[in-house]
Amino acid sequence: MIQFSKVNKWYGQYHALVDIDETIAQGEVVVVCGPSGSGKSTLIRTINRLEAIESGTIAIDGEDIHRPGADLNRLRSRIGFVFQQFNLFPHLTVLQNCTLAPIEVGGARPAQAHEKAMALLDRVGLAHKAHAWPAELSGGQQQRVAIARALAMEPPVMLFDEPTSALDPEMVGEVLLVMQGLVRDGMTLVVVTHEMGFARDVAHRVLFMDQGRILERAEPHDFFEHPQHPRAQQFLADIRTPFARPA
Amino acid sequence: MPGFDLQLLLHGQYHDWLLAGLLVSLKLAALTIACALPLAVVIALLRLSPWRPLQWLGATYVEVIRNVPLIAHLLFWYFGAPELLPDAVKERLYAGSYEFVAAAIALTLYATAFMAENIRSGIRAIPAVQLEAARALGLGFLLAMRRVVLPQALRITVPPLLSQVIILWNDTSIATVIGVGEMMYQAARVESAAFHSVEAFAFVTAAYLAGSLALTAVAAWIHRRWPVRTL
Amino acid sequence: MIDLVQTYWVYFLIGQYPQGPLGGVAATVLLAALALLLAMPVGLLLGLARVSSVAALRRPVTVVAYVIRGIPLLLMVFWIYFYLPTVTGHKTDQFSTMLIALVVFDGVYLGEIVRAGIQGVPKGQYEAARALGLGHGRAMRRVILPQALRSMLPSLVNQFVSTIKATSLGYIIGLTEASFIATQVNSQVFVHPTAVYLLLSLMYFILCFGLSRVALAIERRQARRDLPRPARSPGSPTASAASNA
Repeated sequence: MIQFSKVNKWYGQYHALVDIDETIAQGEVVVVCGPSGSGKSTLIRTINRLEAIESGTIAIDGEDIHRPGADLNRLRSRIGFVFQQFNLFPHLTVLQNCTLAPIEVGGARPAQAHEKAMALLDRVGLAHKAHAWPAELSGGQQQRVAIARALAMEPPVMLFDEPTSALDPEMVGEVLLVMQGLVRDGMTLVVVTHEMGFARDVAHRVLFMDQGRILERAEPHDFFEHPQHPRAQQFLADIRTPFARPA
Repeated sequence: MPGFDLQLLLHGQYHDWLLAGLLVSLKLAALTIACALPLAVVIALLRLSPWRPLQWLGATYVEVIRNVPLIAHLLFWYFGAPELLPDAVKERLYAGSYEFVAAAIALTLYATAFMAENIRSGIRAIPAVQLEAARALGLGFLLAMRRVVLPQALRITVPPLLSQVIILWNDTSIATVIGVGEMMYQAARVESAAFHSVEAFAFVTAAYLAGSLALTAVAAWIHRRWPVRTL
Repeated sequence: MIDLVQTYWVYFLIGQYPQGPLGGVAATVLLAALALLLAMPVGLLLGLARVSSVAALRRPVTVVAYVIRGIPLLLMVFWIYFYLPTVTGHKTDQFSTMLIALVVFDGVYLGEIVRAGIQGVPKGQYEAARALGLGHGRAMRRVILPQALRSMLPSLVNQFVSTIKATSLGYIIGLTEASFIATQVNSQVFVHPTAVYLLLSLMYFILCFGLSRVALAIERRQARRDLPRPARSPGSPTASAASNA
């Protein structure tokens, strides 16, 4: 489904992604975690080429998305991306946000797009807000609309870049619930998150990153109970007991 | 169009006229900046002061001056204002080179209004919490302004102020309307005296461009040397 | 002052029309409105060029913008007034001269406003549009520009105010706009220059102040409707990029 081969990325002198090799299979739910600055957001943003890479290939169903001649827009329409800052279009209604891509990129007829969008909004629990403006919605509601918007093109894979980090704590749950629903429906998910509960309960695999490298790959239970890499152990210790530091 | 005669610019009467015009333009601009800047600070402080009447005074000044074109200001100060003075004074004014003074007054008042707004915006751009934080540390109001707020405000204010100076440099050209012998006046004079005057206008264009680009370069250098650092 | 107004108000408002060309305040407003209207497509193209990633598009436009903003409007008016006839073979009347000069000037300043407007739209919006599969052109057209144009509205009105003031330069080449008419009235009346020029200033003030209040009202209404945005920097679209002629 998604294949990283010897991917490297530099920001000037800074080596942001170091020799990344990874495969994400169809139907997998992969959580990417790690300390800040580890490169996890960069990693996920290279999948749909919001960030460029300097060497290596990233293949989406066999097609290298970073190849110069690649049909970027078509490939992107097959990848759903949910941003930390939601990035809903404030000048369009909730419904229009969800029908924009199907009509403009997918060539769907407005009535069709309208129907599908309403179904998606219903799925995320916001059908009653279809004609509201994004500014009228809470953060959690906006993010759910963002998920519906990304689903509108029926992509086989969904990427989430810290989807709940910008939300007030009481709204995190409603978004995670929607994401769980997607997992139940068999969607392939790649999620960068700090929500360890989600990783533990829902993910099939956890990737731990630090300083641009994937240091550990394990099933959630193994990762949380028996981390192998010393940096991973440190990270989990820091998360669990932030105040109890060795003297 | 007849050929470009560079000699026209380098020697002779027209050369003298244009050069004299350039000097008048420079003098007018320099005088205006020198007077407008302190006045602008005063107006800005009026608007920022905690007293309503003072705020109103500053705001009225800015709005009244800004919304009237420079030509109207010039016409008023040259033709309109002296009328209010006793005849003897009026005659003495017009006998001397009152047009330069009138232009200086008009330009100064005009530029002050815009510069005051630039300064006010610059100070307002610093979040109030900066002053709060400084006061919370025990600094007095003036010290807090001097060491915390104004240094930051200055970096933000300087680029728009320099833009305003460029606009002022270009605006000195409008003083020609009341007969000030600056560059545009001289160029028009050459135009009506000589057969062709591309050279005169080219000279004037080059002079204005040189001034504006030099100021732009200064602004860029200042921005590089003392960048605005925000959180 | 009252008799001045009573005697000359029609002349001041519309000049010698219909016995002559439209003049006075009407000419001022007409010239400014026409110039701004014609300058808008110019401004849009220039603004888009200024944010383009194609250097061959961006660099020449940037140079032109700096040059035009580096010379007085009056100088441009003189160039056009004295030399356009030799290029086109026709004598250009004062109105057309001012119109051309204003369209060029406004075009450049509108270009700056458009540029600031586009750059003021949060970067995440463009990313979200591209991530959905929209190409660059469509992303600009359906997501970025609608938001940019909306935020530019106050600046546009302010530019209209600047243009109205700039029309006063027509006086110098003999265009019968408001300032010119005022001076004519003054030479007829002769003994009340203070009153004449105060009235002229008052007219401009009412017009320009009124419009700038409208701009402020638009800005306030937009601030209420928009999504929470990062704090406005001094380089925001509503910080006037206009000239002060």
